[in-house]
Amino acid sequence: MSAPITLRIAPALAVRTVAAWLVALLIFFPIAFMLLTSFKTELQAISVSTMWHFTPTLENYTLVQSRSDYLLYAKNSVITSVVSTLLGLLIAAPAAYSMAFFPSRRTKDILMWMLGTKMMPAVGALVPVYVLAQSSSLLDTRLGLIIVFTLSNLPLMVWMLYSHFKEIPPDILEACRMDGANLWDECRHVLLPLSLGGLASTGLLCLVLSWNEAFWSLNLTAAHAGTLAALIASYSSPEGLFWAKLSAASVMAIAPIVVFGWFSQKQLVQGLTFGAVK
Amino acid sequence: MRTSTDAAMVSAPGAPLGTTTAPVGSAPPQQGARVLRLVKPKAPKQPEQHAMHRPLARLLLAPAVGTLFLWMIVPLLMTIYFSFIRYNLMQPGEHGFAGLMNYEFFVTDPSFMTAVMNTLLLLGSVIAITVVVGIGVALLVNEPFPGRGIVRVLLISPFFVMPTVNALLWKHMMMNPIYGVLAQVSKFFGAQPIDWLTDYPLFSVIVMVAWQWLPFAVLIFITALQSMNREQLEAARMDGANAFQQFRFLVLPHLSRPIAVVVMIEMIFLLSVFAEIFTTTGGGPGDASTNIAFLIFKQALLNFDVGVASAGALFAVLLANVAAIFLIRMVGKNLER
Repeated sequence: MSAPITLRIAPALAVRTVAAWLVALLIFFPIAFMLLTSFKTELQAISVSTMWHFTPTLENYTLVQSRSDYLLYAKNSVITSVVSTLLGLLIAAPAAYSMAFFPSRRTKDILMWMLGTKMMPAVGALVPVYVLAQSSSLLDTRLGLIIVFTLSNLPLMVWMLYSHFKEIPPDILEACRMDGANLWDECRHVLLPLSLGGLASTGLLCLVLSWNEAFWSLNLTAAHAGTLAALIASYSSPEGLFWAKLSAASVMAIAPIVVFGWFSQKQLVQGLTFGAVK
Repeated sequence: MRTSTDAAMVSAPGAPLGTTTAPVGSAPPQQGARVLRLVKPKAPKQPEQHAMHRPLARLLLAPAVGTLFLWMIVPLLMTIYFSFIRYNLMQPGEHGFAGLMNYEFFVTDPSFMTAVMNTLLLLGSVIAITVVVGIGVALLVNEPFPGRGIVRVLLISPFFVMPTVNALLWKHMMMNPIYGVLAQVSKFFGAQPIDWLTDYPLFSVIVMVAWQWLPFAVLIFITALQSMNREQLEAARMDGANAFQQFRFLVLPHLSRPIAVVVMIEMIFLLSVFAEIFTTTGGGPGDASTNIAFLIFKQALLNFDVGVASAGALFAVLLANVAAIFLIRMVGKNLER
């Protein structure tokens, strides 16, 4: 191509192209298969002869809505993931700001401790959290789920924002402090524009994590506040032929976040690398 | 003597209100001071500038630290308390002191060692697969080729699939021993279809989890490879380095930090794999695919034994701490800037 100097560890272009496409299609195959199956009848779904040739039908999608109130679960997913992400940013950003620009002797320890809490398996806290949620009547409510999502994403958010803030030269902030800017002006006019990318990628990742979170939504919710991840789990032991319906439900559960992920992948990666990868 | 008085005479009238720290001999206007600070990044910190902000900064840290501390300590204390009493949901009202009985029960349960081994096997295999295959795939798609953008999108997709969908998709449509895609492929080649989830349950779970996390590793490695120094590679090639040597001595060292990141993040999420096991094998057959997280879940919600489950949870916390220490040793240094 245009660049004369290339990393020639990879073989010739044609071979590379074919190999890369094969690998990509292989990895994507399960999702493609699911998408195809969701437009089939149940009989077509399990038959090899109708693998590619069939008349698409939308009946599975309407069935999913009528069998289990899809829209309610989707609404729960949207509300819990969006609100917990915003709430998390609101708590994490000030903490990350404080540690990045006013480091103390304990800053490293605090960061490591936060990561440590994230490594505690959620199941270790299941019974206490369940009991607490029950006694404060937060069981099977969106508020309860939002609180849990926010707290379990908080360590990662602080870490990601911390590494983003670290890349902003502190002298810029100091300079505007010397100009007599107060904390609000400093954040509003200097810090915010400089860290929009970091805030976005942190928010995006937490949105994806909350949307896909299954442990807490399976254990803390039922019919009222269940998210899509919990709805899909209810399809795990169905009776009779169900591949097409399962596929339709799955596609409806993942489509919003997968399409969202496609568009934000570059932004997302930047956040995920904790600033360690350029 | 003469110079200092001169300087004082110059600076005193012109100094704006509040700039008591104006250095001798130079009393630039505000605008100039800012430029000066920007040009000299290593200028010593001036305590009075921080005096106003530092307590405020501590205050900003408080909500995050406070809520996380509560989120950690309250369940932990409750778990410790539960672990020392008899607490079975099927026998209400009986909360006597149990001593170390719950611990003994959990540890001597034959499932315990199996679960520990399964947890480590799952963690180790998925990290190994995603790092090795991830580097391979990233190298494959690093250079431009037709359709690279689409390939990238296809490769990353599994990362956004929620674990419950991932599990059901593989359980039914891929691994079903009669109709599943893998069974059809086996039949096509004239081989006996394999009942993956019954015969190789842990391996099946590893496949699902690795499929989910491979895109993550690939993405990180692609991003890292983009920043490789091409002149260096070209020079190595001029000197006669073959592909393997280039990889071993240039690419791999460049990827050490990205690998550390992948290992760290995956470790956090893989220590507590739950949904994939819950929705497919249910930990079985027997305990063949039970990890620590699922074993505790079984004790608490299937055997209703909160006491034993709490003792187990403390073991999980212990395991997490051992892993965390190991991680900080291995990875933390690599992430220091």
